[in-house]
Amino acid sequence: MGLLKLLNEIDTAQLDKEVKDQFLSRKDALGKLSNFSKKLAVAALPLGAVSTLAGPARAQDSGQIISSLNFALTLEFLEYRYYEKGLASGVIDAEDQAIFAQIEKHEEAHTLVLQDTINSLGGTPVEEPAFDFTAGGTFDPLNSYAQFLALSQAFEDTGVRAYKGQAGNVAGSAAVLTAALQIHSVEARHASQVRRMRGSKGWITQDNGIEGVSQADAVYAGEDSTTQAEANVTAVTEIDANGITEAWDEPLTMDQVNSVASLFIEG
Amino acid sequence: MADNKQKPERSNPLTGNTNTISRKNFFKYAGASAAGALAVGLYGCGDDNNPMGPPMSEDAVKLGSGDVGILNYAYALEQLEAAFYTEVMNTPYSGMTDEEKQVLEDLRKHEVAHRDFFKAAISRDAGEDAIIPGLTPNFEAIDFSDRTSVLETAVAFEDLGVSAYNGAGQLISADGIPYLVQAGKIVSVEARHAAAVRDLLNGGASFAGDDIVDPETGLDRFLLPADVLAAAANFIEEEIDASNLPSA
Repeated sequence: MGLLKLLNEIDTAQLDKEVKDQFLSRKDALGKLSNFSKKLAVAALPLGAVSTLAGPARAQDSGQIISSLNFALTLEFLEYRYYEKGLASGVIDAEDQAIFAQIEKHEEAHTLVLQDTINSLGGTPVEEPAFDFTAGGTFDPLNSYAQFLALSQAFEDTGVRAYKGQAGNVAGSAAVLTAALQIHSVEARHASQVRRMRGSKGWITQDNGIEGVSQADAVYAGEDSTTQAEANVTAVTEIDANGITEAWDEPLTMDQVNSVASLFIEG
Repeated sequence: MADNKQKPERSNPLTGNTNTISRKNFFKYAGASAAGALAVGLYGCGDDNNPMGPPMSEDAVKLGSGDVGILNYAYALEQLEAAFYTEVMNTPYSGMTDEEKQVLEDLRKHEVAHRDFFKAAISRDAGEDAIIPGLTPNFEAIDFSDRTSVLETAVAFEDLGVSAYNGAGQLISADGIPYLVQAGKIVSVEARHAAAVRDLLNGGASFAGDDIVDPETGLDRFLLPADVLAAAANFIEEEIDASNLPSA
């Protein structure tokens, strides 16, 4: 039984005033934590609101912001079409369909939010490229579920690193930065889930890649850093190096990401 | 600045700067950006910070202003998470599966590493008098012997952490981009955690469920410090004074 249910079942009228007050404040605290979805309606930007708020707040070239968003849009197109094709192909185990339908829903929404935002900034959204998810015949993800999962992991972990690498480039607009962060953490949730479905940890240890997929090594290059903000973290904590590398995700540059993504883009 | 009457000496309402010398020198840009000054000046902060309660007591833990205030805010949350998972692993609930043990022990390690990192980085960059002290957790509301209680709390803390970092990015100054990137490196790990503990608790599509990721926009939640600290307050003995943090 959940703690909240338990708290609700206790007849607070029987408690004396002092205990009751203390008790209710605890209950209230947990309620606040668990019911934040109510606040979501207030806190989260609805579709379209990003564009209304997207005017740059700090001095920064909006061209740079648009360029970053178009870069992200290409990745989101790639992810969205990958899951769309995967769900249509029948390669996904029945018990995992709901998971990938949820991921696909998010990636599609991201493509719409990004296009909307780019338009509102006066930019032109990039056209969706044609994708080849076999990377020229190297992979067969629409017929092999193991390969489907492996590439999904690579795409999600790449997405996390790609958004992280653009944070500084969109920081000139508080609204765009916040929306980008809100997408970034969703990509990380996806990555964690897919990694765990593959029997891996949800987080990246050292720069360990995907067994049998050497093309994905670039996705994990540099993830083994134990230096953060120019500090050697091993020197300030008892946690071992593996744990430290897991505890921080690292950014990738646009070029690094493009070298991976281009394997799956035709032309 | 509703609380200015009580604490007129605490900060300059236009810059958010305090009189602490080391902070002012090292974070000379803290709170001094146009956006920061405007935000603080226009929106004030005292009322937002503690809408229902009495004014902060004099011995409240002051997060400070500008980027160092945001770093202290993150340090406070990491302290809370680290203390929680340390207790979870010191008093594991009965029937904890190997998978759950692996996940929860990893989360303990990561949060402890984050906490220790922030302690070192803030002390280095802002000085010993700018960093908040170690906080005292209050976990009375959590039944550490009960799997559901532990996992529900883990989900709540991880989702809260994600929302907090997502909301804090825009509060970091234009000169504090390295701090923004640093926060980005940590928030995605918090999101990985959130997905994992959600999956342990509820399975299915809960790792990024419609209750936390808006199904229309695919956007995760973000929260501003006042809301985050209101949620965290009952798990921390000390009062946290966030009134000098930059405003959105």
